[in-house]
Amino acid sequence: MAEPQPVLEMTGISKQFPGVRALSGVDFRLLPGEIHALLGENGAGKSTLVKVLTGVYELDEGRISLNGAPVRFSSPLQSQQSGISTVYQEVNLCPNLTVAENILLGREPTRRGAIRWRELRRRAAELAARIGLELDVSAPLGAYPLAIQQLVAIVRAVGIDAKVLILDEPTSSLDRDEVERLFGVMRRLKAEGVAILFVSHFLDQIYEVCDRMTILRNGQLVGEYPVTELDQVALVQKMIGRELGELEALTGHIRPAVGDPLVETRGLGRKGAIEPFDLSIHRGEVVGLAGLLGSGRTESARLLFGADGADSGEVRIEERKVSLDSPVAAIAHGIAFCSENRKTEGLVPDLTVRENIILALQAARGWTRPIPAAQRDELVAKYITALDVRPANPEAKVGTLSGGNQQKVLLARWLITQPKLLILDEPTRGIDVGAKAEIQKLVVSLSEEGMSLLFISAELEEVLRLSHTIGVLRDRRLVAQIANGPDVTADRILETIASGAGT
Amino acid sequence: MTNLDWRAATRHRLFWPVAVLVALLLINVPFTPGFFAIHVRAGHLYGSLVNILIFSAPIVLVALGMTLVIATGGIDLSVGAVLAIAGAASCLYISKETDQNSLSGVLIAVAIGLGAGLVCGAWNGWLVAGRGVQPIVATLILMVAGRGVAQLITSGQIITINSNTPFGVIGGYWLGFPFSVLLIAVMVTLAVVLTRRTALGLLIESVGGNAEASRLVGIRARRIKLMAYIFCGLCAALAGLINSSNLSAADSNNAGLWIELDAILAVVIGGTSLLGGRFYLGGTVIGALIIETLQNTIFTIGVPTQTNLVFKAVMVIFVFLLQSPAFRAKVFRRRARPSAPAVADAAPPATLTTSEVGR
Repeated sequence: MAEPQPVLEMTGISKQFPGVRALSGVDFRLLPGEIHALLGENGAGKSTLVKVLTGVYELDEGRISLNGAPVRFSSPLQSQQSGISTVYQEVNLCPNLTVAENILLGREPTRRGAIRWRELRRRAAELAARIGLELDVSAPLGAYPLAIQQLVAIVRAVGIDAKVLILDEPTSSLDRDEVERLFGVMRRLKAEGVAILFVSHFLDQIYEVCDRMTILRNGQLVGEYPVTELDQVALVQKMIGRELGELEALTGHIRPAVGDPLVETRGLGRKGAIEPFDLSIHRGEVVGLAGLLGSGRTESARLLFGADGADSGEVRIEERKVSLDSPVAAIAHGIAFCSENRKTEGLVPDLTVRENIILALQAARGWTRPIPAAQRDELVAKYITALDVRPANPEAKVGTLSGGNQQKVLLARWLITQPKLLILDEPTRGIDVGAKAEIQKLVVSLSEEGMSLLFISAELEEVLRLSHTIGVLRDRRLVAQIANGPDVTADRILETIASGAGT
Repeated sequence: MTNLDWRAATRHRLFWPVAVLVALLLINVPFTPGFFAIHVRAGHLYGSLVNILIFSAPIVLVALGMTLVIATGGIDLSVGAVLAIAGAASCLYISKETDQNSLSGVLIAVAIGLGAGLVCGAWNGWLVAGRGVQPIVATLILMVAGRGVAQLITSGQIITINSNTPFGVIGGYWLGFPFSVLLIAVMVTLAVVLTRRTALGLLIESVGGNAEASRLVGIRARRIKLMAYIFCGLCAALAGLINSSNLSAADSNNAGLWIELDAILAVVIGGTSLLGGRFYLGGTVIGALIIETLQNTIFTIGVPTQTNLVFKAVMVIFVFLLQSPAFRAKVFRRRARPSAPAVADAAPPATLTTSEVGR
């Protein structure tokens, strides 16, 4: 066993929250120069472990040693000073400051109290170049796309002497090319001996870039495996602790479009967002939208929901021309919309699960007609059970739930209103495999019950598996509408996206 | 078991505000003999506590409206000015009456005052909800301009009216009972019923908690915000009537001066976040009572006039510190420390974790 000494070793880590044992006796280690994936369903304890490691939480039991010396962190600052850097899912930088300022914020080169701007820019450019990032460091950070901001966050985190880098779901808002670029940077850092802890829900990515993985389930360690020794199916089974028949059962489920047209758009468009498009959605039909990030998927959904105003075209619902100039109008016509940004456009984090669930229904009834308490509790309990929201406590603050459960709360909010058309924008992003399968199953059963769905996802396989019709978007244009069938494959969709040719 | 109940009680939202209020009241006892005594004199309720309640009426009312506005994610700086406008408008009408005792005349004056408050609230609401002006800027306009309007109404003079008219009842006694206290009770009940028996409270909290999510869920946020500002204007106008009735005069320069800051303070002491979202009407009432009791205490214990404001500031800081869980943990840990190791030794590891959580 010529394994090098771990740069980081955590043994017997336990962490208790009121009513929940988030981690019990978990061991974890990181070797220098490796990329190590931390895997588990939502609520398995991944984020708790990361937060213990970064000093956000104090551990109840267990030991952490860094380079063989025992350490104890009681604040994020201490953890950072010992050489553990973290980049979170959301970029935590200041978009109004320049790239250079962001990179060196808090450690600016100074002379007699004054910042040496030239030196600041030089050093920042140097650090950026070290991971192969060449950009104008004197431009404001906000001028760059999210992916570059993410890389800048990594430059900042790595700094001069980070030994351990934690990447907490850094890829969830990046497109394929951007992910590739991030992986390049990760490999480069790895070659320099940095130990990287990589948290991601995208299994393909883990197989592409990681060396080893540690799997958690219900706050306990399942095991540590080299990536080459565990295939995806085995991995998923270890993560959810049961067989994966459910996901399999859905594949090959393709039915012809049923029912009359429910919603039809004619030349609906908005300048700078989406070119005018014609789209029809039938009763009981699942229409999937495929396309790269920024191709206009979300924009077209927002027009249908009245979240943004259209500046051309018209919408017909049940063959009658309607005006969808606000969400209120769209909701009145039976349209519901789950935004891709759960936190900023979906949840009201201070309110309870119950309040979040009834919000849409209550808004539709108006403030003078509160839902009677008994009816409200019954409805909420019904949907909490049906969607298996955990914890099944309607009084819990929704902000404390895991991503998958927050998504279920949002689904419940709209299902309770019994919409005719449900628009789901990336409903499975950033949630675990188990919850993902449940949401996919739900889409199928809703459509079988006659509800129409507009399903947006960056994962082609998912769109292919669930949709009757697939709309392909490219450069803010709806370029093709393909009826799903046995001959429609991911490759063919990709080809359409790439060539822009309709069928 | 009782120990546990006690612990649960200390964790209740209102525990620390109520504790502070009780403590403030107790401080008064050695300085004012018979502080808690309430008796009937000449058919009227009398006593220090009754006085505190009467004097607290304007600030309770203003803070009540402020709570709803703050819950929507806004703020209303104009309440002091609105208070002055309402008082000025009512007093002007009464002073022009030939018979100031006429009940119908007084009712019209009250309607004019309240109407002025509604108009001011609607103006604020229109700026914020209709035009999208930032609340602090939008209401600053009326805060500054409103006092000018009030002075215009009174032509820069202090308008005085007869004190023994039906108008005097608003700030005085009605059937032996302080009328303003009745008004507080009515308005608090109205606010609670309006927000908690309907869905208005939930929708306000949603709009304040996440404005964009609320829009996408189909809440007519503009309407909700407009209602909050109008209610706030109405509360301020009512406070203005009480104020003018008390003084039998309208003083546009000084009526309700800085009351907006006391009201915001009361809302915050009551546990409502200035960022909007969750709001607590009961907490606001306690907060307003704390501020009024503090004012009263400053006088009774004989703090020199020039140190009034500093003393008040120190007390407010103290109240906030007491409400901060981090601060309490620090102070109470120091006291609890000597006994902690013994507990940890005797009990299973689970107890050790709970004692650590307190950090």
